[in-house]
Amino acid sequence: MNDIKIFITDREGLRHEVDAPTDMNMNLMEVVRSYELAPEGTIGICGGMAMCASCQCYVLSDHPLPEKSDEEEAMLAEAFFVEDNSRLGCQIRITENLNGLEVALAPES
Amino acid sequence: MIKTDILIIGAGPTGLFAVFEAGLLQLKCHLIDALAQPGGQCSEIYPKKPIYDIPGFPEVLAGDLVSNLMEQIKPFQPGFTLGERAEHIEKLEDGSFIVTTNKGTRHHAPIVAIAGGLGSFEPRKPLLTNLSKYEDHGVAYMIKDPEHYRNKRVVISGGGDSALDWSIFLADVASEITLVHRRNEFRGALDSVEKVQLLKNKGKINLITPAEVVALHGGDHLIAVTIGKIGQEDEQVLETDYFIPLFGLSPKLGPIADWGLEIEKNAIKVDNSLDYQTNIPGIYAIGDVNSYPGKLKLILCGFHEATLMCQSAYQRIYPDKKYVMKYTTVGGIQGFDGSIKEAPKAVVKAIE
Repeated sequence: MNDIKIFITDREGLRHEVDAPTDMNMNLMEVVRSYELAPEGTIGICGGMAMCASCQCYVLSDHPLPEKSDEEEAMLAEAFFVEDNSRLGCQIRITENLNGLEVALAPES
Repeated sequence: MIKTDILIIGAGPTGLFAVFEAGLLQLKCHLIDALAQPGGQCSEIYPKKPIYDIPGFPEVLAGDLVSNLMEQIKPFQPGFTLGERAEHIEKLEDGSFIVTTNKGTRHHAPIVAIAGGLGSFEPRKPLLTNLSKYEDHGVAYMIKDPEHYRNKRVVISGGGDSALDWSIFLADVASEITLVHRRNEFRGALDSVEKVQLLKNKGKINLITPAEVVALHGGDHLIAVTIGKIGQEDEQVLETDYFIPLFGLSPKLGPIADWGLEIEKNAIKVDNSLDYQTNIPGIYAIGDVNSYPGKLKLILCGFHEATLMCQSAYQRIYPDKKYVMKYTTVGGIQGFDGSIKEAPKAVVKAIE
């Protein structure tokens, strides 16, 4: 099992250092949920289909991330509080090259 | 007053399947849902997405699952109160309940089963100052009666199916229709995108992209909006009678949270060792809306919970009646509509 470190600032502004497995086909939204860093029912509402933007986060480090799919682009275009570094957590798969990734959860909307 | 045996709040897959299990026990059901159509998230968020973990279906589209459930429960003639949100509950002296919706529709039943998923879907509102001031005074989040907009000027914003579909529909109704979206690309059925293109070319839809509505103007009623082009300085003020932001819906537990039920993690605590009853006897919670140790928010778990809930509801309604669960293969299905489904009799015949 290979874990990587991720730094997640929750919606209250608290910064958490968490271990995320790279071998469980998990995405960032699921990592947030597994550590309960946002209340159930306020994140991952669509389950991870890039269809609700409840897992929007701001990427604060310069890790190489996968390109946004058309679905993610479209969803972000309809979301609120969107910044240039906004991504949907559900579209970011946990892989080894994301070790040290730093993100902050966007406000609930 | 609508009367039924089990009042189900939420017409998603779990609520719909509860109608079937109740029907096998000859119990009638009525469903309330804030959305205009049954199916919950399956219809509203991901009708075209496949689901792979419904037992017996290697792959089924969420929308098809809902159609199948509607077909399956048809013999049991469920009633529906759609487009209304369950708002208030009152327990009567005999232990039965009256549930009233936000539109004042009253429902009376001895059993209430909350199958509310993540809650009722509320429109997502753009971050504009003054927005709430103009609600019902020029700003609307859903279109209930298109005739309301006849010969009026309407600005719609959003980039999904509802923004596209309503722009198309209102192009023939409103005197002027403007569609504003943050991108040039729209996320909708190809057919709708092409229609909007056609209407734009004909000058029947005024399309402004990539842009967004950044300010609202007016006195008591909305009279204009400011539209800003994305990445540019210039802004234009557009006179309009209505502004309809269509940015999708997000679920909120809503008034149910104030019904005196025990809530944890935005969900209703139930007794999972027995029958998914809440802390209020006679009120059950099934599907994604409930919480218990080891809970999984899966449709298939909701089906199981609905089944056990119905058995318990039956015993609550008829405490003195003896009953054992029957297999549908043995007992068949007697619909309230008089229809009968049963396994064909085996042929017993000698071979000579």
